[in-house]
Amino acid sequence: MHPMDLFSSANRLPLDRQVFTVSELTSQIKEILEGTFVGIWVEGEISNLRRPSSGHMYLTLKDEATQISAVMFRSSNRDLRFTPKDGLAVIVYGRVSVYERRGEYQIAVEYMEPKGIGALQLAYEQLKERLAQEGLFDPAHKKPLPLLPQKVGVITSATGAAIRDILHVIHRRFANLQVILYPVQVQGETAAAEIARAIEDMNRWGKIEVLIVGRGGGSIEDLWAFNEEKVARAIFASRIPIISAVGHETDYTIADFVADVRAPTPSAAGEIVVTSKDQLCQRTDELVGRMVSSLQLRLQRHATALSHLKGRLQALTPEGMLKLQRQKLLAVADRLERGSFAILQLKRESLQRTVGKLGALSPLAVLERGFALCMRLPSLKIVRNAEEVGLGDVVLVRLCQGKILCQVKEREM
Amino acid sequence: MEEIPFEEALRQLEAIVVKLETGSLLLEEALQAFEEGVRLARICSKRLEEGEKKISVLLRSENGELVEGPFEAVPEREDEA
Repeated sequence: MHPMDLFSSANRLPLDRQVFTVSELTSQIKEILEGTFVGIWVEGEISNLRRPSSGHMYLTLKDEATQISAVMFRSSNRDLRFTPKDGLAVIVYGRVSVYERRGEYQIAVEYMEPKGIGALQLAYEQLKERLAQEGLFDPAHKKPLPLLPQKVGVITSATGAAIRDILHVIHRRFANLQVILYPVQVQGETAAAEIARAIEDMNRWGKIEVLIVGRGGGSIEDLWAFNEEKVARAIFASRIPIISAVGHETDYTIADFVADVRAPTPSAAGEIVVTSKDQLCQRTDELVGRMVSSLQLRLQRHATALSHLKGRLQALTPEGMLKLQRQKLLAVADRLERGSFAILQLKRESLQRTVGKLGALSPLAVLERGFALCMRLPSLKIVRNAEEVGLGDVVLVRLCQGKILCQVKEREM
Repeated sequence: MEEIPFEEALRQLEAIVVKLETGSLLLEEALQAFEEGVRLARICSKRLEEGEKKISVLLRSENGELVEGPFEAVPEREDEA
């Protein structure tokens, strides 16, 4: 560029000129910016977040096209419930401040909230994730509840619904339990610290077998103490097993994840402690029942076997043997008797038949039927032919009964 | 011997029942085991029945000492909706 050009362009500038020093200009800019942009809300995405040991928080807020530096001083950022992170969309409240020494401006943030999600919700998610990674929810760290607790500690408000509900359940079930209440604030500024200290105190005191920590239902803000890291760490460090009992069935707090057992409500926590006792009563009864019936069965089996053996043994005594032999003898005698009788009968029948046959062949039998024998005299020869006698001969006729003498009067051949 | 804790008594009772049920014991042994079982069951029942019903409050004094007191001693206050 030629030097003349400079002059020529300078020639076009107004002649009366006011020259600021850098300080003067910066000071005016500061006045304008800081006077105008006070108490403003700005939304943007966090990037380039830095948190040096001073505790102040430096970051850049940006959108698609532009960016602006921001600072959140320690006095403001220590009240944050959630942890700001690069990439997080936030809405901040604050003012523009100008740092004169470097001629830079930035937003001094007094309040910050996550955009689209409640700050508490985000804080909850963040703490949950962090503690989960640290292993605070690990099942391996869960302590078993004692089978039969006799001293139950309760950390809750002395006047809230939780202690009322727990005592009601225990009273209704006639449980002979000792309940030791450690009264604490369950909401408000001091609640988390009080609850954490109570857990430590109960552990130090040491006369407790199981600890219920909780409160009745409420909003997420009301339940907040149970989402605080202090409480989570105290629960994790407790040597006494802890049942968490916060709010209603649907409320899940960080305390619930760390606790050894989560009860959906304070009443349910009472039930857990008492029910185990009922079940143990039942279990003991059942065991005794099984023991008795198994022994009874065994004795019965022995008794049956014994009476069976006794029966067999009886048959083997001398008396028994004699009886047995007698029985055998009787049986044989009986058979003998029957057998000989049968033979006699057979013989008798055969004899009768023979006698019958004999009778039929006897001449007497023929006479009985009306025939007669005619015999010559004196020879007594039986006359079979009419020629054997002459007319006038006398013959002897033998009848069945008696004899008659007859004279032949006629012959016919 | 009477001072064994509930858990231990129950565990032993369970073991005895299993032994009796498998029938591996001689009769004499079984009878002895039964007697022992009855004794353990009594201990269990006693443990279940014993213990008083009591409600108390643990309060922290100024110097951090823990003092047990009666439940009624708690001042009324409404700090929970």
